[in-house]
Amino acid sequence: MENIIEVENLTKNFGSFTAVNSVTFSVKKGEIFGFLGPNGAGKSTTIKILCGLLIPTSGKASTFGFDVYRQSEKIKENIGYMSQKFSLYPDLTVEENINFYAGIYRVDPKIRNIRKNDLLKLLELTENRKTIAGLLPAGFKQRLALSCALIHDPPVIFLDEPTSGVDPVSRRNFWRLIKSFANSGKTIFVTTHYLDEAEYCNRISLIYDGRIIELESPYRIKKSYEERFNLKNPTLEDVFIKSIENYRAANNEF
Amino acid sequence: MIEIKNLTKDFNSLKAIDNLSLKVPENEIFGLIGPDGSGKTTLMRMLAGIMNLTAGDILYKDKSIAKNTEEIKAFLGYMPQKFSLYGDLSVIENINFYADIYLVPKKERAETIKKLLSFSNLSDFKDRPADKLSGGMKQKLGLSCALIHKPRILLLDEPTNGVDPLSRREFWNILYDLKTQGVTILISTPYMDEAARCDGIALIDKGKLVFTGSPKKIREEYAGNVIEMITSDNILAFEAVSVLEGVSDASIVGEVLHINTAIDFPPETINNKLREISISIIDKKSIEPTIEDVYIYLTKERQKLPSEDHKK
Ligand SMILES: Nc1ncnc2c1ncn2[C@@H]1O[C@H](COP(=O)(O)OP(=O)(O)OP(=O)(O)O)[C@@H](O)[C@H]1O
Ligand SMILES: [Mg+2]
Repeated sequence: MENIIEVENLTKNFGSFTAVNSVTFSVKKGEIFGFLGPNGAGKSTTIKILCGLLIPTSGKASTFGFDVYRQSEKIKENIGYMSQKFSLYPDLTVEENINFYAGIYRVDPKIRNIRKNDLLKLLELTENRKTIAGLLPAGFKQRLALSCALIHDPPVIFLDEPTSGVDPVSRRNFWRLIKSFANSGKTIFVTTHYLDEAEYCNRISLIYDGRIIELESPYRIKKSYEERFNLKNPTLEDVFIKSIENYRAANNEF
Repeated sequence: MIEIKNLTKDFNSLKAIDNLSLKVPENEIFGLIGPDGSGKTTLMRMLAGIMNLTAGDILYKDKSIAKNTEEIKAFLGYMPQKFSLYGDLSVIENINFYADIYLVPKKERAETIKKLLSFSNLSDFKDRPADKLSGGMKQKLGLSCALIHKPRILLLDEPTNGVDPLSRREFWNILYDLKTQGVTILISTPYMDEAARCDGIALIDKGKLVFTGSPKKIREEYAGNVIEMITSDNILAFEAVSVLEGVSDASIVGEVLHINTAIDFPPETINNKLREISISIIDKKSIEPTIEDVYIYLTKERQKLPSEDHKK
């Protein structure tokens, strides 16, 4: 299976509003795929569909070979999903939260304990294993949410704004980890509003008004904007802003 | 001016704020930065008058917050990290609701609302219930509700989390605007580019003040050198360089390898090492440290000092 995620003309309507508008793309094994776009562009909606949590209106989509319309159970077994508003149990301890998710995923208790200890160590939470989750600062909660999403060792990981509100040091550590997961063959689908982070992605897609307007490697996308718009050494943030201005102008918004 | 004097806040045995003193000058945009759990939100809550102090004092124009809470709260605007919206009310209903609470005269509303809807890009979604908005749209609606009135002092706790880069720029234009109208703004943020936009900043770590001054001045705290280079293989170069003695940190940012070294680190060491493993250097230059470099340097240094250990 070369393509872990395949999407063709995918559309999602909420009533008369189109949140995702006929998008087509695929994600390869081991790839870090970044999904960037302004607020309300349709990033979370797309992720929820690919995680088997939301039925599309039309089009095709599959994750890990499983169809999002018919095989959402299979999809859930094979993915780790960290939602934008990750749901931890604030009254449970760090360890209890992980155990809880291990239970949902029916992870064998023996394997669970080994993995749990590995994850706690990897995410520097060992000292906090008995801390009540509700009392943790943002960056710790985020690492705990990631541990919960990884306890069943999924081959595909969806991260919806995993670093929102996280300080620069934790963000760097977090991305080192993500890189190492990708190197070990896991496929990562990630959204972020920190464009410096998008540099870690193999490919990024810019989505606007539910439509994909660019899909390239960070390097190529910068080079192409450098040429097209006469920008000098543009950063991804420059590209992001330019692409939206350009899109709005072309579509006569404003 | 806001003056924080020897402020301490204990939660049982944990010192969330530890004898912290800080002055926030009038009519500045003042940034609060620090690692997760360093005490920024606790400090904000005490400044907003919604949390008791354990010891010390907070003075607004020489008036102690403990004795004049209600009077002070009347000219404060506070946006907590988790702002509550009414999920079943529409975007515009939420904004009007807060305008009513803050007693914003009807006449003044229209123009402010127009500006807020433009920054937030929510004009097309005025009638959508807040529950149906995306995460960042909700955050921007919360911000709009907090900015509907014009308090003398505005306290914003990580207002731009989840806000997209374009809206973030426009949000800062609103802050500059408020500043020219005389508002003092205290803002906490995990974004270093936002810290760089402030007039003054304070870095706190483990409840203590590590630095306060201008974003320009914080760069002087950095004792070390920063090198940026492009090589024939940045990933291998990164691995080789980051383990060198005297290299405190290294990261790959796009096409460049960003290296932080000790002050006495001879830069040829890098060239020699890379030659050894047959990696060629395409470009190499020394640069001024960024705020992020300084931030990492200052917070890492403190982690190493055993005497500064966090009280458990
Ligand atoms: N249940 C729903 N009913 C109606 N509209 C919805 C619903 N869920 C999402 N939407 C709308 O779909 C659009 C896309 O939302 P989505 O959450 O996918 O955006 P996003 O790209 O993730 O944005 P953000 O960067 O703010 O997280 C938004 O306009 C949102 O208001
Ligand atoms: Mg989203």
